[in-house]
Amino acid sequence: MKVGIEPLLKLKGIEKSFAAKVLDNVSFEIEPGEIVALLGENGAGKSTLMKIISGIYTADVGHISFENSTLILKGPKHAQKFGINIIHQELNIVKNRTVAQNIYLGREPKMSGFLGKLGFVNYRLMKSDTEKALALVNARQIDPNQQARLLTTAQLQLVEIARALSMDSKIILMDEPTSSLTEDQSDILIELIKKLKSDGIAVVFTTHRILEAFGIADRFVILRDGKLVSDVPAKSATYENVIEWMVGRPIQNLYPKTKVAIGPEVLRVEALSGGINKKSDFTVYKGEILGFGGLVGAGRSELMYLLLGVNRKKSGSIFLYDDEIRIKNINDAIRLGIGFVPEDRKNQSLILGQSVRFNVALAGLKQLFKKGLFISNNTIDRTTSEYIKKLSIRLHSSKQAVRSLSGGNQQKVVLAKWLLLQPSVLILDEPTRGVDVGAKAEIYQLLGELVSKGITIILISSDLPELIGLSDRIVVMSEGRIVKVLEQEEATPHQVMYYAGLNEKTAEVVNERNLQP
Amino acid sequence: MKVKKLINPFLQSAEAGAFLAVIILGIVLTTASPQFLTVSNLTFVARGFSFIAIASLGVGLVIITGGIDLSVGSIMGLSGVIAAFLSSHGFGTVLSLSGALLVGVIMGFLNGILVAKAKLAPFIVTLGMLSIGRGLVYVVTGGWPMQGLTKPILFLGQGFFLGLPLPVWIMIVLLIIMQIILRYTAFGWYVYSIGGNDEATRLSGVFVDRIKIGVYVISGFFASIGGIVLTARLGVGETTAGNGYELNVIAALVLGGVSLSGGMGSAVSALFGAALMGILRNGLVLLGVSSFWQQISIGTVIILAALFDQIRLKYSK
Repeated sequence: MKVGIEPLLKLKGIEKSFAAKVLDNVSFEIEPGEIVALLGENGAGKSTLMKIISGIYTADVGHISFENSTLILKGPKHAQKFGINIIHQELNIVKNRTVAQNIYLGREPKMSGFLGKLGFVNYRLMKSDTEKALALVNARQIDPNQQARLLTTAQLQLVEIARALSMDSKIILMDEPTSSLTEDQSDILIELIKKLKSDGIAVVFTTHRILEAFGIADRFVILRDGKLVSDVPAKSATYENVIEWMVGRPIQNLYPKTKVAIGPEVLRVEALSGGINKKSDFTVYKGEILGFGGLVGAGRSELMYLLLGVNRKKSGSIFLYDDEIRIKNINDAIRLGIGFVPEDRKNQSLILGQSVRFNVALAGLKQLFKKGLFISNNTIDRTTSEYIKKLSIRLHSSKQAVRSLSGGNQQKVVLAKWLLLQPSVLILDEPTRGVDVGAKAEIYQLLGELVSKGITIILISSDLPELIGLSDRIVVMSEGRIVKVLEQEEATPHQVMYYAGLNEKTAEVVNERNLQP
Repeated sequence: MKVKKLINPFLQSAEAGAFLAVIILGIVLTTASPQFLTVSNLTFVARGFSFIAIASLGVGLVIITGGIDLSVGSIMGLSGVIAAFLSSHGFGTVLSLSGALLVGVIMGFLNGILVAKAKLAPFIVTLGMLSIGRGLVYVVTGGWPMQGLTKPILFLGQGFFLGLPLPVWIMIVLLIIMQIILRYTAFGWYVYSIGGNDEATRLSGVFVDRIKIGVYVISGFFASIGGIVLTARLGVGETTAGNGYELNVIAALVLGGVSLSGGMGSAVSALFGAALMGILRNGLVLLGVSSFWQQISIGTVIILAALFDQIRLKYSK
């Protein structure tokens, strides 16, 4: 730290636990006008730390001081009074209100005198203040009276920053500000962050695009499993260092993948495209677990949606056992023996209010449980209890609502629903998200058994140790394209993260600065 | 905690409130009025609420999927006058009935297509259809009651079989059919499943759109049956028949424990709810309460039923 500059914010020994410890003895300081990149894997504790600084959570243990006096925040509104503002990844915008109404939501300037006391808003003042705020973020082209829903995501981001500036910010926290922006839009945002710095405003941001952080950050603060592992000036770090710090944990031997002989080709995808996905090809073999790695938003789930007929594809052919198949909707895919466990268990997989047996039987109702016009409740009961036992789903009764089960057991219900259809290919999208360690190990065990029975598995996972531990090969995607297929021997967290962060632009940076892993 | 154990399964069933209310109301009315618990009065009450109950069975299906059908009152009215119109033009019983039922099916199909394929809000679509249906009633009748229903059709509304009015028999048969559909067919499971989670159902390989169209068609079909029976009971095709019934139907379903947010309810809910409203009305008449106060009482009971449901859900967790 340079001599003579007093830190703006000091964090000392911050700890926070929910069910488990999320932050453990984290200390660092932020100087005025400093740009800090807060980096770490999913679940490292970045968001929780941001929320503590911005008053949304309170730390269990630890001390925060701001401008040399102790800071105890009562909530985000209280933090705003000190000039600490947070911009969430999911923007806080009321879409059907105007830009000005959004910027001044909850603190609208009132008219003078009696009318103001009655609550009448001074629209003229609000509009001119909004114009000033928008000018600060170089967004004069945005009309304060325009409805927010007509703006692009990038513009909304600028509106959020303008709102933060209109509150006289000293620190602005940004959670994944560029995750939904295109390259050009990110560039505008980065310029803006530099401008904020020159105005003496400190910016703390998180990003999954590590190379981007090299372009703007003064300092990297890196968290791993809730602990601060590194706090270094950006100049003295290399890309390789950063990734090492982020993923440095040894991979535990959670993955009992029994070596299965890889058999003949099962599924082949050629030039599949649509939506954000550029033409993609891949092949899966019998007995294989094919992993899909990449950042959130890289288009992994979307590629599967195209394959399964959930979203309409623009081009491409799909071959099952070398025969071209036509999949118009997911029903066709299921009929052909492809099962799909989606990413979002609560919204895409389960009918939470219904019973375990209802959920288990749902996908197989027509094929397996119908006798003539009616469904056979006896067969359903028999099959359900068979799979409850097989997957050791812990419950009181199969008539129990799925809602009341733990995350791991809920996921096993979803697996049971698909397994009883005896698929030849099973696509799993983040199958262990929100699942406790014990149930995770059981699910890994199960996947191992499935491949040894000849089922082919496609596994999308953002959990790197899991992805690397389970997969025979890993397809790495970035920005809708497949950028690399890694063999098991060469797959390391570094490799996966390295290729996941690549795009046309950052690839240049890598070459220029010689950041090859 | 033995009491809690006994009460719990009861509290967990959605029909509990209406069932309890029917029993309590029955006891109160039996002590308050000697005319209540007589065969002739109860027969009369049952026929009175059967039309609402029949329409409720169909709308219940729609509501369980998370939708709503406001057009049933108009479909009832239109089917009734179509039956009368066809009869009076010499088409005979079978053709008149088929024509009337077809009208309900077509209107339900239009509702379904607009909701499932055009992705319009069910409230708006069926509100529009409510207006269209009632307008068509006036177009068909020119605003005058329509005479000329055939004898067999009149029998459907006015006749008796084994001591029970025919509308009550029709209600019972449809109730049983609906209960079987909901419990023992894949279609019935999908109805609940869609109401619980539309997206998860689709990703389980169910053709959600087809099921949605199906429930609106069934709703229209049942409303047609209700409308024909109601018209037959009245003896003429009245332009105002079924006017405002959609609200009675929804009220009956809510009273019976069908959740307007979807995923919960049963055919029995529709029956209990309609019965509760019918008995309440009858009781108020027997007790000499003015019809103005009857409306207020029914409104109060609907709100109380919703409150009870909230408490029930909280307690059963």
